Amino acid sequence: MLDTIGVSAVDELFEQIPAELRLGRPLALPEGMSEAEVYERLADLAARNADAEKQVCFVGAGMYDHYVPAIVDAITSRSEFLTPYTPYQPEISQGGLQVMFEFQTAMSELTGLPVSNAGLYEGPSSLASAGYLAIGATKRKRFVISRGVHPHSRETLRTYSVGYGAEVVEVGLEGGLTDAAELAAAIDGETAAVFLQSPNFLGAVEDVEALGAAAKEHGALLVVACDPMTLGILKPPGECGADIALGEGQPLGNRLDFGGPSFGFFCATEEQIRRMPGRIAGETEDVDGRRGFVLALQTREQHIRREKATNNICTAQALNALGAMVHLAWLGRQGFRELGELLVQRTAYARERLASVPGVELLHEAPVAREFAVRLNAPVEVVLDRVAERGIAAGYPLGRKYPEFENGLLVAITERRTKAQIDDLAQALEAAISAERGSFVGQDTTKEPQVGGAA
Amino acid sequence: MALIETPMQAEKAQTIFEKSKPGRRAAALPEAEVPEKPLAELIPERLLRAEPPRLPEIAEPEIVRHYNRLSRRNFDLDSGFYPLGSCTMKHNPRLNERVAALPGHARLHPAQDPKRAQGALELMWLLQESLSEICGLPHVSLQPSAGSHGELAGLLLTRAYHADRGEERRRVLAPDTSHGTNPASVTMAGFEVVKVATNEQGGVDMDDLRAKITEDPDDVACLMLTNPNTLGVFDENIAEIARLIHEAGGTLYYDGANLNAVMGHSRPGDMGFDIVHVNLHKSFSQPHGGGGPGAGPIAVSDRIEPYLPKPQVIRREGSNGHGPSFDLDFERPKSIGRLRGFQGNFGVFVRSYAYILSLGADGLAEASETAVLNANYLKARLAKGRAGKRLPIAFDRHCMHEFVLSGKPMKRDLGIATLDLAKRLLDFGFHPPTVYFPLLVDEALMVEPTETETKESLDAFAEAIEKILAEAEDNSDLAKNAPYTTPVRRLDEVKATRQPVVRQRLDAKA
Repeated sequence: MLDTIGVSAVDELFEQIPAELRLGRPLALPEGMSEAEVYERLADLAARNADAEKQVCFVGAGMYDHYVPAIVDAITSRSEFLTPYTPYQPEISQGGLQVMFEFQTAMSELTGLPVSNAGLYEGPSSLASAGYLAIGATKRKRFVISRGVHPHSRETLRTYSVGYGAEVVEVGLEGGLTDAAELAAAIDGETAAVFLQSPNFLGAVEDVEALGAAAKEHGALLVVACDPMTLGILKPPGECGADIALGEGQPLGNRLDFGGPSFGFFCATEEQIRRMPGRIAGETEDVDGRRGFVLALQTREQHIRREKATNNICTAQALNALGAMVHLAWLGRQGFRELGELLVQRTAYARERLASVPGVELLHEAPVAREFAVRLNAPVEVVLDRVAERGIAAGYPLGRKYPEFENGLLVAITERRTKAQIDDLAQALEAAISAERGSFVGQDTTKEPQVGGAA
Repeated sequence: MALIETPMQAEKAQTIFEKSKPGRRAAALPEAEVPEKPLAELIPERLLRAEPPRLPEIAEPEIVRHYNRLSRRNFDLDSGFYPLGSCTMKHNPRLNERVAALPGHARLHPAQDPKRAQGALELMWLLQESLSEICGLPHVSLQPSAGSHGELAGLLLTRAYHADRGEERRRVLAPDTSHGTNPASVTMAGFEVVKVATNEQGGVDMDDLRAKITEDPDDVACLMLTNPNTLGVFDENIAEIARLIHEAGGTLYYDGANLNAVMGHSRPGDMGFDIVHVNLHKSFSQPHGGGGPGAGPIAVSDRIEPYLPKPQVIRREGSNGHGPSFDLDFERPKSIGRLRGFQGNFGVFVRSYAYILSLGADGLAEASETAVLNANYLKARLAKGRAGKRLPIAFDRHCMHEFVLSGKPMKRDLGIATLDLAKRLLDFGFHPPTVYFPLLVDEALMVEPTETETKESLDAFAEAIEKILAEAEDNSDLAKNAPYTTPVRRLDEVKATRQPVVRQRLDAKA
C-alpha cells in the first residue's frame, strides 16, 4: 500500500501536521484490553448502580421503568437497522425510511396532529426547538411557560433562549395545576408561544383546551408537552387546540439508560410543516412507479439551507424511534388503550394507598394518570434513604426543583409496578416516616439539611 | 439494458398500518389487580380521549416479519463498504452493545440518587478524562446529544464567555468548506456567519481571514474550524490562525467530525482550540442507527470551563479509608445551564468508553494511522486509470483520513454527473461517497474509507469506479438510469417536497 501511495512509512503521511503540533508521545491512557477484560471492567462499574432490577423503581419525573418487549431488542439489534448512516441514498435505505414514515403516522395518531417529524434528541431540547419554530412563525420573541412543565424543559428553554434573544416568563401552579388567571395575564400580543405540559410535572392532568384559549386569542402558538403513554386515555393535544405537541419518547420502547439515548417526538399542524425541525420521511414513487420513501422537505435542513435552516439538528435518534414504533405495533390499538387504563387504575390505587399512610398527604387533588405527588411530614431525602435500604426507590424528591414543595415526593407507576409492590412501598414509607418522626421528636424537621441530590 | 424486476422490487411496499386487521394483537398485559373505578370518576370526561388511537392491530409473528423484511431493504455497514465522507463509518464492536445492555446501565433511572449510581458517574468521569487527554483540553461536558448540539453548546459558551467580560460580539467566522450544521448552529445561537475563503491547498485563506478579522476585530466572537478540514487536509497554518483569533479576542471552536484522522497524533487543544466537540458516533464507534443516536461531548480550555453546562460530573477524593466518590455538581453560577434532560446519552458513553478501553492509547493512534493509510491508498488507486482522468483529486497532496474528488471532467467528457456515478455504485454493492459536498468543489465526491476496511475492499471499490467509467464511455445511459438492482429505483424527491405525504391516511383505509 505504501508503494502505491509513494511513501516509505505511514509517518510520512502525518508530516503535513507541523512538527510542533504532533503529540510525539503516547496518549496517557491505559493500554488496550481484551474483550473479556473490558467486559469485566464495565460489569464491575454496572454492579455499583442501584438499577431497577435491584430496586423497585417508583421514580418517574420524565423517564419511566416500562417493560420493553423482547421483540424491540430483537429488531433494533439487527445490523440492517443498527449500522447504517442517515438515509441519504434512499434507494438502499427504504427500510429505515419506511420505519420513519410509520413512526410519523403513529405519532400523528397519538397526538392528533397531522405532521410529525422522524424524531429529535429527547424531550427538553425538543421543547426548546419548538421555541425556535415559534419565533420563525410569529416573529415574536417572548415565551410564556407553566411551572408545570418539566424543570429540565424549562431550564433548556432558558439556555436556548439566550441564543434566540427571547424572554422567558414562568407562570405558577395552583392546586397542582397551572394557574389559569396568572397564565392568561402573562400572555400578550408579543408572546410567540405558550408552553404547557399534561400530565404536568406533578402528574396532574391539565385542561389544555381551557388554558390554551388565551394563547389563541393573542396569536401565540400553543405548545403542549405530553407523555406518550397517557395518549391512549387522554384527549390528544391536537384536539385541545395545540399547534405543536412534543415530548420525551423514552416510555415507548426505550430503556432508562440513566437518561439516554431516547428520542423526542415533535408533531404540528399543517401550517408549520415547512418550519419543522429534524428529518421527515415522505412517500413518493420511483421511475417505474413503485411506491417508495425519501427524506422530504430537505430544504428546511442545515445541509442544504445552512445558516437559514429551521434547526441545526443532523444526527438524531432514528434507532430509538424504531424501538418506539415496534413497541407501539406490539401493544397495538387495543393494548395501547389497555395499558393506559392499567396505569390510571394502579395509579389511583397507589395514590389512595399512600395517602392513607400516617405522615403522608396528597400534595394536590387534581386528576392524575400515571404519576402523583404527596407530601411527607418528615425529611424526604432521609426517608428515601431508609426506603432504599428495603430495596425500593420510592420516587423523585420534588424539593430538588421546587423549593415550595419541600418534602414533596413524586411517585410514578408503570405496568411493572404490581399491587404487591405498591403495598410494600406504603409499608416502607410508613416505617421510615415513623422512625424518622421518632428520632426527630421536638426538632424542627423542616430545617434538616438535604442529602445528595440529583436532578 | 433488459430490465428484469428483482423479487424485492416486485414486492409492493406495504406499511404496518396496511397490514392491520381489527381484533388482532401481540401484547398480553398484566391484570390491574387493584379495585377498578370507572375512568370518568378518576379523570373528567372532557379530558378523556373518545377513541383509542388507530395503531396497527397485528400479531407478533407478523410484526417480526414486517420489520425483518423492511430491514432487508436497507444497506448497512455490516453488509459492505460505506465510504461516506465526514461520517466515519467504522466497525461497531458488538461487545459495546453487550455492556450497554447490562441492567446496571440499561435499567438505571437517571434521577437515581448519585450515591446509588456511583458506577455510572465513575464511568462518565473516566470517559471525560479520556476525551480530555485525546483532545488536549482539561475540561469535558458529556451533555450534548450529537455534534450539532455540541456546536450549539460551544457557541453559547462563547457568548457567555464574552458576556462575562462585558462584551457582545456578533460575528462567527467559518470556512466555506464547513459542515452545514456550523452555520445553522451559529444562527440558533444568535450570531451572524461570516464565510472565510479556502486557499489552493484546501486550508483557510489567510489573507481573507486577516481581512475578515480586520473589518471589525472587536466583533469577532469565534472561528469554527474542522481540522483536518472537509477536504481531508490538515491546515498547517493552524497555529497562526489561532494566534490571529485569540489576538482579536475570539474563541476557537473545533468541529470534531474529523477527529478520527489525528487521535493520538495531534490534539486540538495543542493546536490552540478552546472548544472541541467529539462525535462519539463517528470516531468512538457508537453505531449510527440509521440516523442516531449519537453523542457530542465537548472539551474546553480553562477560560471556558466556568460556563460549562450543568450538571457536571465531579470526583471527590475519599477519606477515612474510603475510595473516591462521584457526584453531580449543580453549583455552577456562571453555567450556560442545561442543554437537555438528565445527564446525556449515557448508553452511548458506555459504548464509547468500552471502545477506548479496548483500543487503549496505542490502539487509538493506530486506528488513525490506518484510517489515513487507507484514505491515501484509495486516493492513489483512484489517481490511476480512468478515475485519475475523469475524477481528479480536488487538492492534490497527501490527505488525512478522507479526500475529495471532482466529477467535473466526468460530467463534461462522459455526460454523467456525480449523482449518476453514485447511483450506479449501488448496483455494484457499495454505498457511495458523500456527494456534492463540500460545496466549493464542482460535482464533489468525498471519500472516507476508515481503518475498518481491508486493502481488498479498497481495491474492489476502485475497480468498481473504473468499470463504471469504462461502461459510461460506451453507454452513458447505463449510469444515468441507475440503479437497477436496488429495492426501488431512482425516487422522485421533488414530488415528496412539493406535495408532501408524511403519514399514512388512516381514515382513507378501512
